[in-house]
Amino acid sequence: MPGFGLTMGMTLLWLGIIVLIPLSALFIRSVGLGPGHFVEVAFSRRAMNAYRLSFGAAMAAAAINAVFGLLIAWVLVRYDFVGKRLMSAVVDLPFALPTAVAGIALTAIYADTGWVGGPLAQFGIKVAYTPLGVVLALVFIGLPFVVRTVEPVLADLGKGIEEAAATLGAGRLRIFLSVILPEIAPALLTGFALAFARGVGEYGSVIFIAGNVPFVSEISPLLIITQLEQYDYAGATAIATVMLLASFLILLVINLIQGRERRRLGGI
Amino acid sequence: MRAATGEPRPVRAALILGALAWLALVILLPLGAVFVEALRGGWAAYRAAVFEPDALSAIKLTLLVAAIAVPFNTVFGVAAAWTIAKHDFRGKDFLVSLIDLPFSISPVVSGLIYILVFGMQGWFGPWLREHDIEIIFAVPGIVLATVFVTFPFVARELIPLMTAQGRDEEEAALTLGAGGWQTFSRVTLPNIRWGLLYGVLLTNARAMGEFGAVSVVSGHIRGETNTMPLHVEVLYNEYNFVAAFAVASLLAGLALVTLAIKSFLEWRHRDALAAAGH
Repeated sequence: MPGFGLTMGMTLLWLGIIVLIPLSALFIRSVGLGPGHFVEVAFSRRAMNAYRLSFGAAMAAAAINAVFGLLIAWVLVRYDFVGKRLMSAVVDLPFALPTAVAGIALTAIYADTGWVGGPLAQFGIKVAYTPLGVVLALVFIGLPFVVRTVEPVLADLGKGIEEAAATLGAGRLRIFLSVILPEIAPALLTGFALAFARGVGEYGSVIFIAGNVPFVSEISPLLIITQLEQYDYAGATAIATVMLLASFLILLVINLIQGRERRRLGGI
Repeated sequence: MRAATGEPRPVRAALILGALAWLALVILLPLGAVFVEALRGGWAAYRAAVFEPDALSAIKLTLLVAAIAVPFNTVFGVAAAWTIAKHDFRGKDFLVSLIDLPFSISPVVSGLIYILVFGMQGWFGPWLREHDIEIIFAVPGIVLATVFVTFPFVARELIPLMTAQGRDEEEAALTLGAGGWQTFSRVTLPNIRWGLLYGVLLTNARAMGEFGAVSVVSGHIRGETNTMPLHVEVLYNEYNFVAAFAVASLLAGLALVTLAIKSFLEWRHRDALAAAGH
């Protein structure tokens, strides 16, 4: 096949200029800080609080998305009903809607004066400008990751084992828990990890609803921006490096799950 | 009698309603809120917000950035997919992982790395300043950050598609004496056009809507380096909610058009896209 040299050259050149050189700048800067200084700024009390919020909220949101994402994927694959195609298109909206737009819209709804925030406030539940608001924004952002990862696996699942289990007298719930769930668990876990990874680094949809109070409702990406605005390049670089390493780790886990799954299915 | 592997009717209805209710609450309600809030002040206020000079310059900048970033990443995506799908070489999986990298990096970190290279404190900062070249807090920086965050979309769409289509047709064309470019434009391109369109669409939506990465490198200079999402933020922080939601509604409209075309492609060209896993 012709064109290997040309296209490979273009790929490597652009990859280098756009992705690899700038990324290496981050690591080289971090190394330049020296281990003592790096640890001091990367794990300061304020940074630790921001990590706790970013990772904790992303974890909670991914868990919520795993439950409702599975429900939506199940309904889309297994049932026929009016408006199904529209429902499927709606699932992708968080992929297409700019994050800042999602952020201000969620804030308008869940503020004390909003459609949902108003009634909730009567019960003393505050969503906007609290860590709960962060979770809500990440639920919005992460939902399609779970649905779109689980959906194809659920669709490919043969009904043979289910029928066998039913013949042997197993109830519907038992079949779901002990036959279907184990089969789709790797996909569900991958969707969870993708939603989690996205949530950890998310910025646009979160900052409007988060309140952004240092130590309380300040996410790590915002802390990076705050430090940049104060010309604290060391702090910004160190925190960014920690977050980058965390996303590499999540990526590695996702690849391991998918690699194991491919081997289990006999390698495609 | 129901099938042994189906749920009873009430359970089925409850599950469907539950899924619909969740989608309405989490996704449709915010979407609706954008348009309701945008029109809260009536049509006149909406039009005024959209046609105001700063808004127009934000729209222009957003279009300009997309007009550079999208073709750039399209050419890259096609070249990368051609290399990866039509040739065998060692380290292919690793190369694919590298191309996917921007997907898993926080937008804020994506912006920061360009500051570290081109910013005042960055590697080339002093040199750029001597030669009067502005990248950070100027349009080139915004374009670079946008190219970074949309880098993998086209390649990721095309690689599985072209891998699944194999090399037989191209090899036949080459045997019959077609040149490399001719083979690509006459054989490969028609085969991948819907997948390509799909990738370009996603790239464009993300390019026009990117917020975090662009926010870091833009400097937020009104009328100069504010893209539409940044302009929305500025208006919102000034408590000018009607105007913020009016500009936001344009972006929401773009998202809806993108989804509509995507759904149409999936419905009309399901087979041509099937290999890409949609």
